[in-house]
Amino acid sequence: MMAKRIIPCLDVKAGRVVKGVQFEGLVDAGDPVEAAKRYDEEGADELTFLDITATHEDRGIMEDVVRRTAEQVFIPLTVGGGIRTNDDIRRMLVAGADKCSINSAAVKRPEFVREAAEQFGSQCVVVAIDAKCVEHDKHGRPIRWEIFTHGGRQPTGIDALEWAHRMESFGSGEILLTSMDKDGTKSGYALEMTRAISDAVTIPVIASGGVGEPKHLLEGLRQGGADAVLAASIFHFREYTIPQVKRYLRDNHIAVRL
Amino acid sequence: MITVVDYGSGNLRSVSKALEKVGGNVVVSAHPEDVTQADRLVLPGVGAFADCRRNLDRAQLTEPVLAHIRAGKPFLGICVGMQMLFDESHEFGVHEGFGLIPGKVEAFSKKMQDPADLKRHLKVPHMGWTPVHQTVEHPMWQGIEDMAHFYFVHSFHGVVDHQAHQLGQTTYGIPFTSAVGHDNIFATQFHPEKSQNNGLRLLENFVNWQL
Repeated sequence: MMAKRIIPCLDVKAGRVVKGVQFEGLVDAGDPVEAAKRYDEEGADELTFLDITATHEDRGIMEDVVRRTAEQVFIPLTVGGGIRTNDDIRRMLVAGADKCSINSAAVKRPEFVREAAEQFGSQCVVVAIDAKCVEHDKHGRPIRWEIFTHGGRQPTGIDALEWAHRMESFGSGEILLTSMDKDGTKSGYALEMTRAISDAVTIPVIASGGVGEPKHLLEGLRQGGADAVLAASIFHFREYTIPQVKRYLRDNHIAVRL
Repeated sequence: MITVVDYGSGNLRSVSKALEKVGGNVVVSAHPEDVTQADRLVLPGVGAFADCRRNLDRAQLTEPVLAHIRAGKPFLGICVGMQMLFDESHEFGVHEGFGLIPGKVEAFSKKMQDPADLKRHLKVPHMGWTPVHQTVEHPMWQGIEDMAHFYFVHSFHGVVDHQAHQLGQTTYGIPFTSAVGHDNIFATQFHPEKSQNNGLRLLENFVNWQL
């Protein structure tokens, strides 16, 4: 059976790994290439770099980080943050990335996703969706979510479910779904949202935002129906190692690669 | 010298870096003469079949690639680089392949039941780490455990006419052929350059493959 993917995410700012709480209060967490090597050795299934500065001059730094990582790490690598044109994608692929994740640029101009998929293939186009709950039912259960951009500060009024459908039809090969309500809280994924989107599309969905312990990964895969789970701080600060998390999932009857 | 054929498709850097890591002397090239001079040839490929085929033709690389294979020198195809060996592909219309592996390339159904959740369908593309059953003994499988995980990302898969050409099999909703070949040809649907230690071992086996 295909293994569920465990994906450590590295937020990179000016060539250093950083980690914040709900997009604020950044803490330095080391060299991204060293971190990537460690995760590869531990058996991570894939890696994601998110460039959270993404100013023009820092783009070159990120390319260099990707280049040095790809020389030593032989698992799939996704790069996101500031990807706005096919040329941005091409540069990251040439540096050694396998996939690029597109967020704000897709919201600004959805056609970009189609153009990227046509030029490079759907397999390397990930659409990152940052969403917040905007409506609950009478029992307090979340039932509707909207897309936010600019690190969760900018509402767009776009319904997350409709957006996921649209991005799939435009050729996105995968969806990276982050809950802005949960990110950095360590209280677990937004399970209702993850399940709703994962059931609505036929492409893989990566759950993101809110992991504080291995149980949350299990919930994201089981209740959330995610195809892959992404986490940052629990791995960075050595609270849990990848093998520890994978053994826990295996013991709970989730197919993993050990 | 190992030549990785560059026809504008995919992440050639991962392929070349992985081959270098296991001791290969690698050239990534779009020049027909580098293909002709290669002792060993790697044909990668990501994206759509027709685009790959067209770009290869346009770069005038198809003939040197076929000549290398006909000369009996070691050849490794990866992903669409494997699919192009078949007679034809049904991705966005019917497109002709090299005809070196009798059979065709077909799409995964989007109605395959998810064994982990019977109420759901399996996602397509098949994207992730899935075990590969080695259906034959082969020097390329040396040192790799049967049912080892390899990394896949694809929506189409090859269907062989002759069972003898299947070298590996994987189950994703249905059993499908995940490695093919005969004589000096070995080709995989999965990405060895992205499959960590198992993938590196397979590439090392290719570097050392004696025919």
